[in-house]
Amino acid sequence: MFDDSSIVVGLEIGTSKVCAVVGERNPDPAVGSLNIIGLGQARSRGVRKGEIVDPAQAEEDVRNAIVEAEQMADVEIRNVYLGVTGAHIRGFNNRGVHPVVSADREISDDDVQDVVKNAKAINLPTENSVVHAIRQHFFVDGQDGVTNPVGMLGSRLEVDMHVVHGHTNRLQNAIRLVKGLQLEVDEIVSNGLASSLALLTNEQKELGALIIDIGGGTTDYVVYANGVIKHTGVLAVGGDHVSNDLAYGLKVPLSRAEKLKLELGSALVDAECRGQAVTITNELGLPLKTVNVEHLRRIMSLRLEEIFQLVGQDLEQAGLFDYLRGGVFLCGGCARVPQIALLAEQALQMPVSLGQTNSVSGLKSALDQPEFVTAIGLVKFGSFKSRKREGKPSLVSGIKGALSNFLRRP
Amino acid sequence: MNTKTKTPVAVLEPARTPAVKIFGVGSAGVAMLDTANGADFAGAGFIAVNTDAASLASSSAPVKIQLETRLLRGLGTGGDPERGRAIAEEQFTTLKTACEGADVIFLVAGLGGGAGSGISPVLARAAKESGALVLAFVTLPFACEGNRRQQQALSGLDALKSVADGVICLPCQKTFKLIDENTSVLDTFRITDGLLLESVRGVWRLLTRPGLIRIHFDDLCALVRDRHSESVFASVEATGPARAREIVEKLIAHPLLDEGRALAESEAVLVSLVGGRDLTMAEVNRVMEQVGRQCERAQIIMGAAVDESLKGRLSVTIIAAKQGPIPLDLPPVMKTGEADEQVTSRGVMGRSSGRCGSPGAPLTPEQREQNVARNIGGRGRKSNPKMLQAQLPLSIISKGRFDKSEPTIYKGEDLDIPTYIRRGVALN
Repeated sequence: MFDDSSIVVGLEIGTSKVCAVVGERNPDPAVGSLNIIGLGQARSRGVRKGEIVDPAQAEEDVRNAIVEAEQMADVEIRNVYLGVTGAHIRGFNNRGVHPVVSADREISDDDVQDVVKNAKAINLPTENSVVHAIRQHFFVDGQDGVTNPVGMLGSRLEVDMHVVHGHTNRLQNAIRLVKGLQLEVDEIVSNGLASSLALLTNEQKELGALIIDIGGGTTDYVVYANGVIKHTGVLAVGGDHVSNDLAYGLKVPLSRAEKLKLELGSALVDAECRGQAVTITNELGLPLKTVNVEHLRRIMSLRLEEIFQLVGQDLEQAGLFDYLRGGVFLCGGCARVPQIALLAEQALQMPVSLGQTNSVSGLKSALDQPEFVTAIGLVKFGSFKSRKREGKPSLVSGIKGALSNFLRRP
Repeated sequence: MNTKTKTPVAVLEPARTPAVKIFGVGSAGVAMLDTANGADFAGAGFIAVNTDAASLASSSAPVKIQLETRLLRGLGTGGDPERGRAIAEEQFTTLKTACEGADVIFLVAGLGGGAGSGISPVLARAAKESGALVLAFVTLPFACEGNRRQQQALSGLDALKSVADGVICLPCQKTFKLIDENTSVLDTFRITDGLLLESVRGVWRLLTRPGLIRIHFDDLCALVRDRHSESVFASVEATGPARAREIVEKLIAHPLLDEGRALAESEAVLVSLVGGRDLTMAEVNRVMEQVGRQCERAQIIMGAAVDESLKGRLSVTIIAAKQGPIPLDLPPVMKTGEADEQVTSRGVMGRSSGRCGSPGAPLTPEQREQNVARNIGGRGRKSNPKMLQAQLPLSIISKGRFDKSEPTIYKGEDLDIPTYIRRGVALN
C-alpha cells in the first residue's frame, strides 16, 4: 500500500507500556512532513526502571504492540527505531582537535571528518558502548560557535561532542529481544533525545531548553543550549516509584495505589485536601479502607519534587541553569499528574510547561498524549535519518556522523 | 572575642586568677607531679599525696602529705584500694585542710594501685567539700598489668567520676598505638605521663593564659561542674599549607579518640587551637567546621591562641567529654569569637580543655525528652556504646516492587525508598 521506504516506526519498550508508533514520511521534504498513521501499545510487564528484567514477558508485550500498530496503520513493520533508557546510560562532553595541514589553510570536508573522529576517540569502560555521539559546535583557531567550518580558513579545528554511552549488554538485551521478533533495529536512540526531538522547535533549541521526560521507571532529561545538546541524563526514578511510595505509605496494594494515583493524585498538597478522606471499596462495593487524600498527595508531591530537585542539582553542577531561556518542558506519563508544572516551577525556579509535539501531523489521539512523546520522537529521529540516507547515499556508512548532521537540521 | 593587645587583655582578666592546686596521688601521681613541677605551672600549688614514704621522699613537691597509720608502718597500701580508701577517710580532715583555698583542684593519679584508686575518690570528695572545682586526670593501667589492677582501676574511676566534676582518663593500653615497638619501658611510661600532663597543661593554660578567643574560668566551671563524666583527649600538630586539613585527619584517626568515635559520642568538646602568627581565621574555621561535623550533638567550646614559638605549626588539643551516667542538661555556655591579630609574648596560650557530663539542675520534661531523643535518634553517636544497637532501624523498609531490582543509589541515597521516609516527613 505504501512505499516501504517512507514508513518509519518507533518502538519504545517502557516500564509501564510498550508503544509502537508508525509514521509516514511525506516525499515533500517540507517541515511537518511527518504523518503519524498508526499506534500500538501494550501494558508492559517485563520491564523495571527502563530495563528488561523478564525477556519472555517483554517479548510478548512488544509483539502485541507491534501487531496493533500494524493493524492500525495497515503496514507491515520490518524495521524499528528502538528507544533505550536505564540508569546505565550516561552522557558527557568531549572535545576533539585536528590541525589543518593543507597549504592554503582551508578547512575541507576531510578535516571535519577527522576532527569528528578524534572527538569520538573516547576512553570508555570496555563493557560500555556509544549510543550517540552528537556534534555540538566547531572551534576554528579558538573561535567559538562555528556550525559548519568547511571552506573557512584556519590552522586548528576543534569540535565538541556530546557522547551518550551505555552498558553494552544491557543495550543488547533490548535489541536482541526485538530481533527475536524478526524485526530489524535500524538504530537505538536514547529516550531523552527522542523526546526532545518531538517537543522542541529549532527556536527553542536555540534559546536553550530542558526536557524532563518522567516515565514509568526512569526520568530522562536533556538540555539544549545554543541549538545543540549540552547535557543528557537518566535517573532511574519514575511513576513506578510514586505508586510504590503510595502503596507503602497508605498501606494498600500496588494496583490500588496505582489507581489512587490516577484518580486522586496531584503534585501539590493544596488546602482543600486537608483532612479529606476517601473510602476505597472492593469489587462488591464494600468499604475496605479509608485513605487520607492529604497524605496521598504529600507522598506524591515529595517524590516528584525530589525528582526535580535531583535533576536541578545535576544541571547546577553542569552549570547549565543560565542557558535555559526557553524554559522547561515536561513529558512522559507523569506529566499527566495535575499541577506537576507548578511543582516543577517551584522546585526549579523556572517557567515550566507541558511539552507539545510539533511539526508532526496525523493521529490526534497520539499527538496530544505526553506518554507517546518518546515514541513519536523516535519516528521523527527515523525520518530525519532516512531522509539523510536518501539525500546522501554515499554517507550511509557514517551513521553516527549523519546523526550529528541531522541534528543541525529542522 | 578578645582582640586586644597584651595590656588590655590583662585588664580583662578576672581580678584574681583562679587559685589552682595540683595533687599527685599515689606513686604514679607523685611521679607525674614531679615532671609537671616546672615553669609551665607557675603559681600552682603542688601537693604530693601518698602512703609510701619512699616515693614521697624522692618527690620535689613543696608540700607532701603522707597518709600514715600504724597499720602500714610506712609501707604502701599493698595494692589494695580498700586500704587506701580507709586510710584516706581516716585522714579526711588533713586532706580537706590541704585543699582549702583553691578554686580548682587538679588531681593527677595512676589508677589501679592501692593509693591511686583508693585515695583519689576520697581526696576528690574532700576537695569538693572545700568548695573547689575538681578535675581528675587519671591513667588506666596497661592490660599486661593484670586483671585485678584493671578492675581496681575501673572501680576507682567510677568512684572518682561520682565525686569529681570532671575526669579525663587516659587508658595506657591505647597509647600502644602511638608508640613504636622499640620504645623502652621507661620511655613508655614517660610518654603516657607526658600525654596526661599535656591535658593538665591544656586546662591549666586555659585557665591562666589569655588567648585570642578565650575560654573563661566560669565557662569551664559551668560546663564541668557537677557533670561527673569521663573525657578523652588528644593533641595533634601539623605544619605546611594544608595543615588545617591534616589536623582534622589526624584528629579523626587519633587512637585516643577511638578513630573519631569518641567525638561522635561526646556531649561536650573543648577545642584549643594554638598557632604561630600566621594562624589564619580560615584555618580556625576549617578545623572547627570539621570538628563540628564530627560531633554534631556536642556542645563545642573553642579557644584559639597565638604562640610565636610555633612558627608555621598549628597545634590542636581536643578534650571530648562523654555523657555521664546520669542524664544532664547542657549549660547554655558557648564561647565563640573572632580572632584578630592579638599576640601576646607569653608561652603557649590558651590550650583547650573540655568536658561535661551530667545534670546539676533537675531536668525539665522537655530536656529529658531531648536527652532521650539524642540517645535514640543521634546519628551514629551514642554516649553508651552498649546502646548502639538501638540505632539500627527496627523496621526494615520494604522496597515493594523494587525489592529485587538493582537499587537506585544516588549520592548515597537509595531512591527506591519512599522520599517521605528518607526525609522523615511524618504522616499522622
